[in-house]
Amino acid sequence: MSLTNEIVQQTLSQEFTPKVENFHIEHDMLAFEVKKEASFEVINFLKENPEMNFNFLTDVCGIHYPDYEKERQFCVVYHLHNWYDNVRVRIKVFLPADNPEIESIVSLFAAANWQERETYDFYGIIFKNHPQLKRILNMDEMKSFPLRKEFPLEDQGRTDKDDRFFGRTGPNC
Amino acid sequence: MSNSSNIKQVAPPAGYAGEGFFATKLSEVVGLARANSMWPLPFATSCCGIEYMATMAATYDIGRFGSERMSFSPRQADMLLVMGTIAKKMAPILRQVYEQMAEPKWVVAVGACASTGGVFDTYSVLQGIDKVIPVDVYVPGCPPRPEQILDGILELQEIVKNESVRRRSSQEYKDLLNSYNIK
Amino acid sequence: MSDLLLVPEKRFEKQIKETKEKDGIELSILNLGPTHPATHGIFQNILLMDGEKIIDGEATVGYIHRAFEKIAENRPFYQINVLTDRLNYCSSPINNTGWWMTVEKALGIEIPKRVQYMRVIIMELARIADHIICSSVMGVDTGALTGFLYVMQYREKIYEIYEEICGARLTTNMGRIGGFERDWSEAAWRKLDEFLEEFPSVWKEFEDLLARNRIFMDRTIGAGAISAEKAINYGFTGPNLRAAGVDYDIRVQNPYCSYEDFEFEIPVGQSGDCYDRFCVRNAEVWESMKIIRQALDKLPAEGGYHADVPDYYLPPKEDVYNNMEALIYHFKIVMGEIPVPNTEVYHAVEGGNGELGFYLITNGSRVPYRLHFRRPCFIYYQAFNEIVKGRSLSDAIITLSSLNVIAGELDC
Repeated sequence: MSLTNEIVQQTLSQEFTPKVENFHIEHDMLAFEVKKEASFEVINFLKENPEMNFNFLTDVCGIHYPDYEKERQFCVVYHLHNWYDNVRVRIKVFLPADNPEIESIVSLFAAANWQERETYDFYGIIFKNHPQLKRILNMDEMKSFPLRKEFPLEDQGRTDKDDRFFGRTGPNC
Repeated sequence: MSNSSNIKQVAPPAGYAGEGFFATKLSEVVGLARANSMWPLPFATSCCGIEYMATMAATYDIGRFGSERMSFSPRQADMLLVMGTIAKKMAPILRQVYEQMAEPKWVVAVGACASTGGVFDTYSVLQGIDKVIPVDVYVPGCPPRPEQILDGILELQEIVKNESVRRRSSQEYKDLLNSYNIK
Repeated sequence: MSDLLLVPEKRFEKQIKETKEKDGIELSILNLGPTHPATHGIFQNILLMDGEKIIDGEATVGYIHRAFEKIAENRPFYQINVLTDRLNYCSSPINNTGWWMTVEKALGIEIPKRVQYMRVIIMELARIADHIICSSVMGVDTGALTGFLYVMQYREKIYEIYEEICGARLTTNMGRIGGFERDWSEAAWRKLDEFLEEFPSVWKEFEDLLARNRIFMDRTIGAGAISAEKAINYGFTGPNLRAAGVDYDIRVQNPYCSYEDFEFEIPVGQSGDCYDRFCVRNAEVWESMKIIRQALDKLPAEGGYHADVPDYYLPPKEDVYNNMEALIYHFKIVMGEIPVPNTEVYHAVEGGNGELGFYLITNGSRVPYRLHFRRPCFIYYQAFNEIVKGRSLSDAIITLSSLNVIAGELDC
């Protein structure tokens, strides 16, 4: 019998509750949350278990939720894909604001290497045991993490723009 | 050969012609020679680079304007065509390439991103290459059509033709380079 | 601090010293710099060389980082389309339609069949354009300029078709939520037919020029080979993966936009080397032409050129000037005040280089909360240093151009 979202949900709940929770289907994709201590375990299970067989890591990215509670400010999202049964799954791992650390999955999927570096570059999320966790897209000397919500989009050091002509006031930029 | 009346013949420079010779000012000759054989350094970074590839190709053919040989080495190039967005991470490299070029050299900023930063008013994009190197011609467009790029090069050719041979050693030029901290 | 966190030159200096002391061989560092004619786009590779052989290397990217994902958090949906153009700028319509499909998935909009077929036609045309550039530039990198000059004329013909449809040549900014901005003119259909008539013989000539050419084959066979398991582990998708022997194509795996109505094959290679990538891309151009012909034959007459979604699709100008309701819709759509649910959606399309994914999180406001682009170039370029280890420098150059790394997509 081929894999379906229900089977994935059932198997994961059986194996890993209470570390996995909040299963829901969004636009035909099963999405759930995993506690940060168990993220490597769960992804390893999804990859190695012969029934689950999620052989492809589609995407790793980060999100910053400044409005959530302090324990859930950062989120790392993994998209996995099982090519044989054509099932996709989205795993969200919430991280606290003061210590956004998570285990790296480079040993499982080599594709995660640069994607985790990009997430570190943009959000400052530390991936433990990553072979080379340094900035990738921004300049190496940069101190701040630009995709956090408090970081402004535009270069604040510019003197040649007159904001009056752009209808810009402080919070508008 | 066609007898079409929309072929514009370029007038020769002011000079004295005779049987088998033509005498004119040295600066005119130097200007003509430089203008009609500008070897570009295609500094193609993004989408404008693909329009430049179309300009290089057979339909728009930049070779007929003298730019037959693309010099990817800065030492042998006359004009630096900066095509595409320059990020702040790339700016020192652009500067280094510009400094390696031998005089006389000209810079054309092709595209909105090279001229002013374009659509990308962000923390990581340099808002115009004239923040790091002096620019002679700006070609707007996103990306500019090959005809626009050729127009920019023709504009540059006019500048080159009329440039004084003493310009590169003049105080004005030295001041310009000093304002960019280019030695 | 780990050695690997150092700048590559410093890291290699240690290795050079050690090799000199142990074996007496002097290694050298070569900077395959950001500005190099063979790197189509700006990305840098610092290579540790033993003469012509590559021992190790590290890629540094980010020289054209334009912060698309940050910009997208400040722009309404219509303004993000402009950014998606500039991802894989050789095939902008694929990125544009991929974005619109993501938004339509998030908003729950159904697209009429005719519009879907038109989207398929334009996406396949863009794929042909992308492969024209990649294959001909592979020729240029081995010294064969003729192919490039010859087939670029046909890329100009594709540009003319784009101009008829949306007005721009390269960065097309094509389409709207629900379809296209205007119905395709008679000239567009005619140019498309002419292209489909003229191009096959041209492409055959181009293939004959290089595909069995002894010099080209000697350069490319065996260079940059990668096995299927390694490719999957590194996240390869698209022609690079198919050249390694895996027939994974999103158009077949997760069909979108009515691709399931068309019959086409997925060309696969065997060893994943440069020659296979070249042949796979060439074969895909033939398949794309097949798909376009099928779409033209089966194109429904009814359906218009956009879905009936007045909340999201700009009303026609005559209505805006005469009708109050249309004026209000126009104002709201232009200001971005469109009804957007709170949702998360991931949608992937088969781009010129592989699985181009859009991960969109909306929170009801006029701008996305988070937009992440899953860029195939960024993911497969990681494998570059491993697949050229032990090979010569000229192999590295031809591998770079056969991987079709587009800098805009690499750095986003």
